[in-house]
Amino acid sequence: MDLTVADTIREIIRGHIAENDGVVLGQCLSAVGWIQNTIPAQTEGLIELPMTDVAGAGMAVGMAVAGRRPIFVIRYQSFLWLNSSPIVNYAAKCKEIWGYSCPVFVRAIADEGNGLGPVHSNCYHSIFMHMPGLPVCAPMTPGEYRQIWDWYMTHDDPLFVSEHRRCFRSAEELPDIVSDRSVFTIYAASAARFTAREAVRMLAEQGIVCDLVNVLWLKPFELSERTLAPLRRTGKGLMLDSAYEVAGAARSIAYELMDATGARVRALGMADRSPGASRHLENGTPTPERIAAAVKEMLT
Amino acid sequence: MMSRDLRRPDLGAIPGLAATWPEARTLELFRRLCEIRHFDLRVRRGQIEKDVDTLIYLSVGQESVAAGVSMAMRGSWLLGQHRGHSFYLAFDGRREPLVDELLGLPTGCCGGMGGSPPIHDIERRIVGHIGLIGDQVPVAAGIAMARPGERVVSVFGDGAAEEDYVLATLGMAASRKLPILFVCEDNDLSVLTPTRDRREWLLADVARGFGIEAVDIADDPWLVAHWAETLSDRLPAVMNVRTCRGLWHVGTGSDDNADWDRFALVRETLAELGLADKAAAIESETEKGVEELWTSRLRTRSAK
Repeated sequence: MDLTVADTIREIIRGHIAENDGVVLGQCLSAVGWIQNTIPAQTEGLIELPMTDVAGAGMAVGMAVAGRRPIFVIRYQSFLWLNSSPIVNYAAKCKEIWGYSCPVFVRAIADEGNGLGPVHSNCYHSIFMHMPGLPVCAPMTPGEYRQIWDWYMTHDDPLFVSEHRRCFRSAEELPDIVSDRSVFTIYAASAARFTAREAVRMLAEQGIVCDLVNVLWLKPFELSERTLAPLRRTGKGLMLDSAYEVAGAARSIAYELMDATGARVRALGMADRSPGASRHLENGTPTPERIAAAVKEMLT
Repeated sequence: MMSRDLRRPDLGAIPGLAATWPEARTLELFRRLCEIRHFDLRVRRGQIEKDVDTLIYLSVGQESVAAGVSMAMRGSWLLGQHRGHSFYLAFDGRREPLVDELLGLPTGCCGGMGGSPPIHDIERRIVGHIGLIGDQVPVAAGIAMARPGERVVSVFGDGAAEEDYVLATLGMAASRKLPILFVCEDNDLSVLTPTRDRREWLLADVARGFGIEAVDIADDPWLVAHWAETLSDRLPAVMNVRTCRGLWHVGTGSDDNADWDRFALVRETLAELGLADKAAAIESETEKGVEELWTSRLRTRSAK
C-alpha cells in the first residue's frame, strides 16, 4: 500500500531522530492522533513545549543555532501569529547578520472548514513570503515532501513548510497537466491543487481544455520552462491558492508570471472576509465552481 | 517589599566579602570592570566625534554586573541583550571585530549589519541579539536543550523581564532543570519609565514561584561574582542585580542622576584593601589599551 503524505512525514521524522540526532518541538505532539498521524508515537526525540506561543519558536531557534536541525510543529497556522517573530526576525536573518545558519524546519499546518471558525480556519503562508531569508514551500504529495526534506537537509537555511490537512491522507502524486490543445493555464498551490484538478475536469467536460501547473515553491517561485511555456502558449492564466487573495501568495506569483511572460494572469484565493464556523459562512480554498467561473470569465 | 525599596547599593551585601578574595583575583575582576568602562567611554567619544553613527547602547555605570558574572561563567554560552558591550567584553569576545562593527566596517562582527544590539562572537559562544528585548531568552533555553551538560548565561533587563518570552522560559527552565543562569541587569528603567510605573512584582519572587533559586542583590562586583559562582552548580537560577545606568538608554547623553556610582565605590573598596596603586595602574593600562585598539581600527578604516 502506498504511503500517504502523513505516513511520509512520520517516517521522515522517525529517521531524523534516529539517524541525525534530530529533534521535534511542538505543543500537544502526543495528543490524540499524534497530529493526524504525522508524528511517530514515541518519546525519544520529541519535546513537548509548554503552551507558550510566544517563546516556543525561540526555543526551536536556539536548538537550530546549536546544530540540532529541529522540526518545529505548528498544529494550526493561526498559532503562527504569536510564534512568528523568532522565525522571521531570528532564524531568517541569522545568516545575513551573523554569517551562521539557523536551519529550523517549520511545519505549519493549515486547515479550513470543519467548524474551525474565524481564526483557525485559514492558511497564513503569504505573510512569511514577505520576509527575506525564509524559503516557503507547500508540498501536497508524498514525493514532494521527500523532495523538500532533501532540500532542507542539503541546505543551511530555515524552511517554512506550509502543510494542509487536506493532503495528509492522500498517497497520490499530482503531476502537471499540459496539453497543446489548452486554451488556458491554471497554476495552483496548497489545497487548491486538489480543487484545481476537479475544475480542470469540469471545464474539459464543457469543452474548455486547461493546463494545470503545480506550484510547490511559493518563495522563491520557480520561473522555468515548466512553469512559463504553457502560459506563453495560452496567453491567459489564473493563480490559485488556499490563503487570502489580497496581498497574498496568489497575487504575488501572478505578478511574477505576468512580468515574465506578458500574459494576463489573475489570482484567486480566500475572499477578503473572516471565515465563520457555520457552513454557510465558510471561506476557504477556491472551490472547483469558483475556479471554473473565473476561467470562463477570463475567456469571454 | 516594593522594587523601589530594594534600590540601594548594599542590597544583599556580605560584609568583608572582598577581603576574602585573593589579591590576583580581585585585580582581575577590576581589570574586566575597567576594560568595559573605558571601552564604552571610548565608544561614546566615537559617537560624539562622529566616528560611530549607528545606534549605541552603553553599559557605563553597569560594568560590574558583567565583570562579576564572567568571573564564574566565562566560557559558557552567552546570550546578551541590546546593551551588550559589557558582557561581550567580559566573556572575552574578540575586540577588533567589535570595534569594526561599531565603526560600520565590513570586518565588523556583523559585517556592519547591526551596530550595538546584535554583536556576537559565535566561536566563543557569544550569540547575537536581534534587538527585540527578551526574545533571546527562549533561544537560550533552546541551546540548553540542544547541548546537554553545557551551561548558558541569559542576560536581560528589568524591562525585558516583563516580556512573555522571559516568563515562559523561566517555566520551561524550571520544568526541565535547564542549566541556565538568568541575569537581570535591573537599572530600574525601561527607556525612562521606572519599574514602579510598570509592575508591582519582583522577578526573584516570580522565579521562586517557578521553583527556581533566585537572589536579588546590588551590583557590588564581588557579590555578583560570589552568587554567580554559588549558583553555577545549582542551575537554573536567577540573579536580579540592581545597578545604575550612567548614560541615556541610547546614545551618549547623561542625566547625571544615578542612585549610586558603583565604579567609585569599587575604587573605595580597593583602597581599603590596600590596592589603590595597583588598581590605578590597571585603570591606566586598560584605558591606554582601549585607545590603542581604537586608534588602530580608525587608521584601518581611513586606509580603506
